Amino acid sequence: MNKIIKYVLYDIVRNKIIVAYTLFLLLLSIGVFNLGGSPDKGLLSLLNLVLLTVPLISIVFGTTHFYNSYEFMELLVSQPIRRSKIFMSEYLGVALSLSAAFMIGVGIPVLLFAPGATGLYLVLTGVFITFIFVALAFLASVITRDKAKGIGIALLLWFYFALIYDGIVLFILYSFGDYPLEYATLALTALNPVDLGRVMVLLNLDVSAMMGYTGALYKSIFGSLWGIGLAFAVMVLWVLVPVLVSRRVFKRRDM
Amino acid sequence: MKNLSKKIVVWTACTLVLLLTSLQAVGGTLKVCTNCTYTSVKQAVSQAKAGDVVLVDGGVYLESGIEITQPIRLIGQNNPVIDSNNSGQIITVLSDNVTIQGFTLQNVATSYTRDDAAIRVRQQNNIQILDNTILKTYYGIYLQYSDGIVVKGNVVKGENVGRTESSLGNAIHVYYTDDVQIIGNEVQGHRDGIYLETVKNSTVERNLSHQNSRYGLHFMFSDGNAYTHNIFRKNGAGVAVMYTTNVRMEHNVFEDNWGAASYGLLLKEINNSVIYNNTFRRNTTGIHMESSSRLDFRNNDFERNGWAIKLMTTCIQDTFRLNNFTGNSFDISTNGNAQHNYFEHNYWEKYSGYDLDKNGVGDVPYRPVSLYSMLIERVPPSVMLMRSFMVDLLDNMERVLPSIIPQNLVDERPLMKKVNHDNNREFVQVLRQTASAPWRER
Repeated sequence: MNKIIKYVLYDIVRNKIIVAYTLFLLLLSIGVFNLGGSPDKGLLSLLNLVLLTVPLISIVFGTTHFYNSYEFMELLVSQPIRRSKIFMSEYLGVALSLSAAFMIGVGIPVLLFAPGATGLYLVLTGVFITFIFVALAFLASVITRDKAKGIGIALLLWFYFALIYDGIVLFILYSFGDYPLEYATLALTALNPVDLGRVMVLLNLDVSAMMGYTGALYKSIFGSLWGIGLAFAVMVLWVLVPVLVSRRVFKRRDM
Repeated sequence: MKNLSKKIVVWTACTLVLLLTSLQAVGGTLKVCTNCTYTSVKQAVSQAKAGDVVLVDGGVYLESGIEITQPIRLIGQNNPVIDSNNSGQIITVLSDNVTIQGFTLQNVATSYTRDDAAIRVRQQNNIQILDNTILKTYYGIYLQYSDGIVVKGNVVKGENVGRTESSLGNAIHVYYTDDVQIIGNEVQGHRDGIYLETVKNSTVERNLSHQNSRYGLHFMFSDGNAYTHNIFRKNGAGVAVMYTTNVRMEHNVFEDNWGAASYGLLLKEINNSVIYNNTFRRNTTGIHMESSSRLDFRNNDFERNGWAIKLMTTCIQDTFRLNNFTGNSFDISTNGNAQHNYFEHNYWEKYSGYDLDKNGVGDVPYRPVSLYSMLIERVPPSVMLMRSFMVDLLDNMERVLPSIIPQNLVDERPLMKKVNHDNNREFVQVLRQTASAPWRER
């Protein structure tokens, strides 16, 4: 398995997109921290950018990579190697390289300009989101063999999590505004990793006082170690479910 | 020659006698110390006649229930401490023209029926309370039904950690008293820092009110007062002022009132007042205003607040000019569509318009209310989506084609650059000339 991961990583590094991605994140983070006055403000702007760009790039890169290395996988399948091993190596190769790029591109500037718990949460959230969206990309890729279709599904997924989902939530909250929705919103947050990550970082910034009753409730939940643990557990679930589902599909399908 | 020297001696003696008698007429001095004639303050005060000075030397006096019934000056030297030892009120002033200066008064227990204070003035005129330190008391300085009082340079420090609001008194409590000057005091750790109820023609100046459980400054029915150069910091709920007209609030700083129910300044039914040159920094809500009309906000700085101003629709004919709004999460939020307030020549950091004719005034109007802030006002749980891409998108769309946000809440002439309140006189002059007539005159 390690050998396959090594080949995947080598392949990824060679095509230089990952280097460009790293540089892009690095420039973005340094720019944001130099523009904004306080580190908190920088983190806040960075959070928005991270939650928008990281899922998009992860999902698009994951999908294209999967389709591009289709022949390589076919070759491996013909060898006496288990399919799940091939799939997991591909997944880990992509996810690890993208997270490494994120750690360098965002992690180092955060460490330099805004070290602390909030920065740590931001970086952790980013890494989780990378893993989650690569998993979703692989899910989209194993569903269909048509490359265009696969990328289309992947983009739709990104669109859903970044935009449509929030729209739906807004609609639900607005329509049922007369009911106590605090716990419902909590559940709704857990159903979207992007929202979950954002709320987690926001609550660690000063803005939580602005969030009124809902914010106080969130703070009492996410503020405790238990709550943070739970949030990350949900994140892990968000990684595992698509990975396991797509691995299952990959194992059974006719190459 | 001998005659002359004799004359001089007689003269000197005469002058001395005269001087002594004149001193006697103004008042004698009663000294209080451990080995003086008087060893307790109470004793000396009860013996003192009108015009006397009671001079208390350094040391700790375990006393309470001192009643001043003559116009005397009670002066502390070398920082004497009067410790009530939780046995009740320390000084009660029951005479006009009294001065209390230079004491440390401490340990007055909570008394729900008597409202014990370190110094209480009841129905008297012309009282001066100067340079005292008041520690761990229920109420600090309590003035009621009096007139012409000066409270200056005092430090009132309570202990409010882990105590409920109801078991705390106010640091400076003024009730039905006119012509009060509260200057240069530092108050902290009480329920309200400075509390005024039905107080007229008074000045609250250069005070520092911080870390009080409820309000830094709290007044009601107190018309015609001026509040200038005060600092209100980290109070439980900020500053709340109500039911008053003709107030002048200038050069105050409201900062770090950060919490779920904190305001920099809460205005409720304040009318015909001016709020100039204040700074609102890092408050959850800079100004929350309801039912407040004909207020003039000018040259204020709103920096890094959650909401700079929450303007309820019950407020009408308020004018906002030459204010700076920087780094606030929401500049203005409101709870309805009706708007009868006037915004002009403010600097909004979020403004993204242009200025073709380079006159320093943006050519595109700015709408400071965002769609999302209205949404939060209506559906509080939607804070969950704070700073999400969706919300930004909606806000920008709404800004281009406003349909939900109030049409009339708009700054037609937003400034391109931050107003420098001290050095921009020329610029302001130019603006005045080019400006349209203010709201009232239209």
